[in-house]
Amino acid sequence: MYVYNDFDEAFVRTRVAQFRSQVERRIDGSLTEDEFKPFRLMNGLYLQLHAYMLRVAVPYGTLNSAQMNKLAYLADTYDKGYGHFTTRQNIQYNWPELRDVPDMLSDLADVGMHAIQTSGNTIRNVTADHFAGAAKDEIEDPRPVAELLRQWSTDHPEFQGLPRKFKIAVTGCEADRAVINAHDIGIQVVRNAGGEIGYKVIVGGGLGRTPMIGKVLSSFVSKVDLLPYCEAIVSVYNLLGRRDNKYKARIKITLHENGVEKIQELVEARFEQIKPLFGGIDQQFLAQIEQSFALPAFKTASIDGYEAARLANPAFRSWTDTNLSDHRADGYAIVSISIKKHGATPGDATSAQMRIMADLAAQYGHDELRISHEQNVILPHVHKSDLHAIYTALRDVDLATANIGLISDIIACPGMDYCALATARSIPVAQEIATRFDALKLEHEVGPLKIKISGCINACGHHHVGHIGILGLDRAGVENYQITLGGDGTETTTIGERAGPGFGADDIVPAIERLVLGYLDLRMCKDETFLQAYRRLGAAPFKDILYPEKARQNAA
Amino acid sequence: MPRSFTPKVITANALLEGDAIWFTEGSTWSRDIAEAELITDEAHGEIRLLEAKADQSNVVGVYLAEAKQSANGPTTTHFREAFRTRGPSNYVHGKQEA
Repeated sequence: MYVYNDFDEAFVRTRVAQFRSQVERRIDGSLTEDEFKPFRLMNGLYLQLHAYMLRVAVPYGTLNSAQMNKLAYLADTYDKGYGHFTTRQNIQYNWPELRDVPDMLSDLADVGMHAIQTSGNTIRNVTADHFAGAAKDEIEDPRPVAELLRQWSTDHPEFQGLPRKFKIAVTGCEADRAVINAHDIGIQVVRNAGGEIGYKVIVGGGLGRTPMIGKVLSSFVSKVDLLPYCEAIVSVYNLLGRRDNKYKARIKITLHENGVEKIQELVEARFEQIKPLFGGIDQQFLAQIEQSFALPAFKTASIDGYEAARLANPAFRSWTDTNLSDHRADGYAIVSISIKKHGATPGDATSAQMRIMADLAAQYGHDELRISHEQNVILPHVHKSDLHAIYTALRDVDLATANIGLISDIIACPGMDYCALATARSIPVAQEIATRFDALKLEHEVGPLKIKISGCINACGHHHVGHIGILGLDRAGVENYQITLGGDGTETTTIGERAGPGFGADDIVPAIERLVLGYLDLRMCKDETFLQAYRRLGAAPFKDILYPEKARQNAA
Repeated sequence: MPRSFTPKVITANALLEGDAIWFTEGSTWSRDIAEAELITDEAHGEIRLLEAKADQSNVVGVYLAEAKQSANGPTTTHFREAFRTRGPSNYVHGKQEA
């Protein structure tokens, strides 16, 4: 893992000292809120419905046990004993007091963490495949490039006042677990015909008010060209992006309005201009960063005990069937820890849970943890002989739910329970769906199904790319929920289609139940997933299930 | 015809804790909406809003929110404002904790 060098350390400490002084000046009245707000946003501090919210960056979703323990410490010391992991691999604290925030940032700096550029019109936390460095299907670990991008974008003088926020995601393989097609820049590690490793660069994806799938700006950018190429993109956007209308300011609109060809031309021209200025320094940094992401020393051990435990314990077997993914090393597995026990708030972990996960990573997982954009925690490197011990420890703190990829593994934004921008609540809907399908004991029968819920049009809950998406709105002063169908956030990205009129708060969970039970009747066989059935049959039969009255009228 | 003015309260968040607060008749801030001044006159509301905003070293994000009179004093008319008087629905945190 990357460890801060003296420069990083000094930079973050300086920023903490600056922010401490800014907070003091706000409290003593020397700074007005208008003056202070840009400073707090630069440091990830929002004001929400009930309190401040501090958004801490987890760069490319990677943490070690000391960092996770520190997050637990912050939750206990300055918050209410928990934190909320987000769809951008960050963690949010919902209850900090203004006076405490500089201390929180100082504590974070002790473990090489910060909240810089987790807000504002800047390049935000660079996200990555949460299986990076462990996935069997990976060409190359995308995190060194993500770290290079983090260093380059942090406090980049040209890009502190972009037309709008700017999000970058990187993945190391064809399978897309980082939703790269829905980012301002999506980067995929690829190999060209000559076997050389480079990057496919996708630009202009995004969800929100105007969902768009990114377009390939270049199908192959060589390793040495990537950073100047990215700088050229952001530079072109910085000049061309609209500042007259917030809703048209993201690069997806710039791309849409100007066309890919024009953007390509401008980026190429800018690239030619700035490429010589890099002089290879970025490659020297990258080489150093790559060393810090060297693979851990994987062990060799018998997995007989693991197989025996699977046979003896059906609950353990079910968990291993659902929550494990293929690892690149023999005898190893990637463990997805569900922090979504039925009825729990998606993405929330208590300090006790964080500490257990940190301990397990330290003891069994080569000291690595990941946060996924699906709001779960990953132990990327676990030998199968250790799985039963891990499972047992997780079970004691309600972290052994076998539901990864299933209907209760729901993405949900904080919604109007916390967020000042929200138009409706998301969390209670997620809780009720999970509880309902647990009661029906149908979750495993239903199989892979991604429900994603956003509490407003900004789509932090990625509802557009949920197999079933739910969007909470305010309709004439009451909460109303629109359903979208057929979305997909993987390498076959699809924006879901709106099913029809929205449902009231009391009707949304029954509507989802009707829809899912209806799917069970429609599917060809047990192996046909909801998304496959939807793609085969189209929206019509699903709409008929959601709106039986209308279906009857049409049939009459 | 201009739209008739509907009753409102002045609300904000406390600078230090971020907690929801309401502006009272005595020009203080209360953590309880029932103690707020219910404003029924538009011109008076504009003046009071300016007065409330002037207290910028104690409060953040001052605005007028729809409200109505109840037996206990002013209360909310919209669910967003109602949540601000309670706290989130997933934990007993915020005002409902007390």
